[in-house]
Amino acid sequence: MGGIDPAVLIASLMAASVPILLAALGELVVEKAGVLNLGVEGMMIMGAIVGFMVTIHGESPVLGFVCGALGGAAISLVFAFLTQVLLANQVATGLALTLFGLGLSALLGQGYNGLKPVQTEAVPLGPLADIPFFGQVLFSHDWVVYFSIFMTALIWYVLKATRLGLIIRAVGESHEASHALGYKVNRIRLGAIMFGGAMAGMGGAYVSLVRVPQWVDGITSGAGWIALAIVVFASWKPWRALIGAYLFGGITVLQLNLQAAGSWIPVEYLSMSPYLITIVVLVIMSSGKGKASLNAPAALGQNFHASR
Amino acid sequence: MLRRTLLATAALGLGMALSGGAAMAAGMDKVKACFIYVGPIGDGGWTFQHHEGALAVQAAYGDKVEIQWQETVPEGADSERVMTQMALGGCNIIFTTSFGYMDPTNAVAAKFPDVKFEHATGYKREHPNVSTYNARFYEGRAVQGHIAGKMTKSNKIGYIASFPIPEVVSGINSYFLHAKKANPNVELSVVWAYTWFDPAKEADAAKALIDQGVDVIAAHTDSTAPLAEAAKVEGVIGFGQASDMAAYKDGPRVSSIIDNWAPYYVKRVGQLLDGTYEQTDSWEGIAAGEVEIGEITDKVPADVKAEALALRDAIADGSYHPFTGPINKQDGSPWLAEGATAPDGDILGMNFYIEGIVGDIPQ
Repeated sequence: MGGIDPAVLIASLMAASVPILLAALGELVVEKAGVLNLGVEGMMIMGAIVGFMVTIHGESPVLGFVCGALGGAAISLVFAFLTQVLLANQVATGLALTLFGLGLSALLGQGYNGLKPVQTEAVPLGPLADIPFFGQVLFSHDWVVYFSIFMTALIWYVLKATRLGLIIRAVGESHEASHALGYKVNRIRLGAIMFGGAMAGMGGAYVSLVRVPQWVDGITSGAGWIALAIVVFASWKPWRALIGAYLFGGITVLQLNLQAAGSWIPVEYLSMSPYLITIVVLVIMSSGKGKASLNAPAALGQNFHASR
Repeated sequence: MLRRTLLATAALGLGMALSGGAAMAAGMDKVKACFIYVGPIGDGGWTFQHHEGALAVQAAYGDKVEIQWQETVPEGADSERVMTQMALGGCNIIFTTSFGYMDPTNAVAAKFPDVKFEHATGYKREHPNVSTYNARFYEGRAVQGHIAGKMTKSNKIGYIASFPIPEVVSGINSYFLHAKKANPNVELSVVWAYTWFDPAKEADAAKALIDQGVDVIAAHTDSTAPLAEAAKVEGVIGFGQASDMAAYKDGPRVSSIIDNWAPYYVKRVGQLLDGTYEQTDSWEGIAAGEVEIGEITDKVPADVKAEALALRDAIADGSYHPFTGPINKQDGSPWLAEGATAPDGDILGMNFYIEGIVGDIPQ
């Protein structure tokens, strides 16, 4: 593998995967609650521009990330209003949200081209970062990388072991039954949608503040769609979402590194490898006893109206 | 004329044919010029420069010209729909500004013989109403390559390539050739991103090159992301691509290639207005001002800067051609003999690396 340092590679794939991981985790919760929001890309790019603007004016990346999350949550309210109150079709509304987000972000971003935000530095972990190999792989990242792993664990725990998680899953499996038990289905879904928006917004802010520290129109260029695919890939399980994001992000970074290092593998194969391997893994995972395919929330994409 | 205008609005297709056909010989009173962009105007690079050219047309002719554009049109079948819509919408001349629009442009042009089509960076003119235009980017790459060869400390230079098309390949060859002349020890790494515009991927590509020890990065993609990535690492420099990217002047950007499409756009729309428009295949470079070298910053030592400017001027006045023999192909077979210069056809169809570049061009 001519001259590629595995520590550098793993470190860069972890950073490269953060945006899709955050967005995928958010969407995972949304879908667990029975809502299919295809507007991830639009929410991400809103987070990217809002986070960027706040960082430019407020000079604080942390505030930028918080506001990026708020931006994503704010635009997700449009989706929530249309689908939960007006009972509009979720697929169409989600697609519209993406288009709306792309347009609105380009409008907001006027005049922000070419500016440079304050850099998000690596968390100073002192001597830990000097450990050979593991220091670079595990202890040389900015706080958002750790936050994304923490969120994976948190969402896994909440969905699996808490009352809140049980309610979210119940709403996603059968909104009629949840309603009969007295849960406010639409309000719970509203909360999930906003959470998903916030996570997507934060992922977008990571693109504009850390990965490509600048603003250009359309900066997320399709990351939201990858995140959507990873939710299915992960069969709605948080840790698998982490694996999926690292696999996809990792192979994307690996193939570029292989090219830069002058690999003998033809470029065409390298370029298609992230997609190819994702498909292969997907096929392998869903071929076992059909358990994974049964994992989709039963009420996914169906609107609920409390008529009884 | 009024009746004709009325007709045009009332029965769009028929009216277009009538007024268009009659007006062509004697020029036109008003031209609607339309532009199709592959990325967003805010990319700060390729599309931004095309849009500057479109605005220059508006500024030059004022009321006599109406401009219209559409951003982020995917290459391929979808672009055909956009072109058709524009042609039906009364556009007299449509500029399609990316290589991948080549076949769609020719296909739509066949259906609208009275609308002029101008395709950037392609080579197919299958119908009399299709013209092509391009800029000699490889001339700018020569200047960049010289700076890169002189500036690299690790003797490793990088190139983020977009798609394996002749325009990109000739850029890589010119860049490497002149880097090698300036510094015989130089090695080139090429990364194919397979995109014109994807900031995150462009940044990843730049990072991959930097991780491999590359300290001078040239990009053939459209955004400023590679420069932003280079800015994170001390001692890495890069170049503005397509646009000046002046925001990175105090950072890694040491020079740039600026595509200036304004003179060509203004000229072509002007010809349509005064009736002298003809099908052409335009390919201008530094001499005509279509390719400009952006300010070389103080990071570059004065003597290197002087050499780079001398190289630029020699290319401009025609005394030097960037591809002057002896040059061998990658496999060692001769391409250009001593003193011979590359014929345009060889550059337009370039599908081989020159000697010394490692790796293969994806086919």
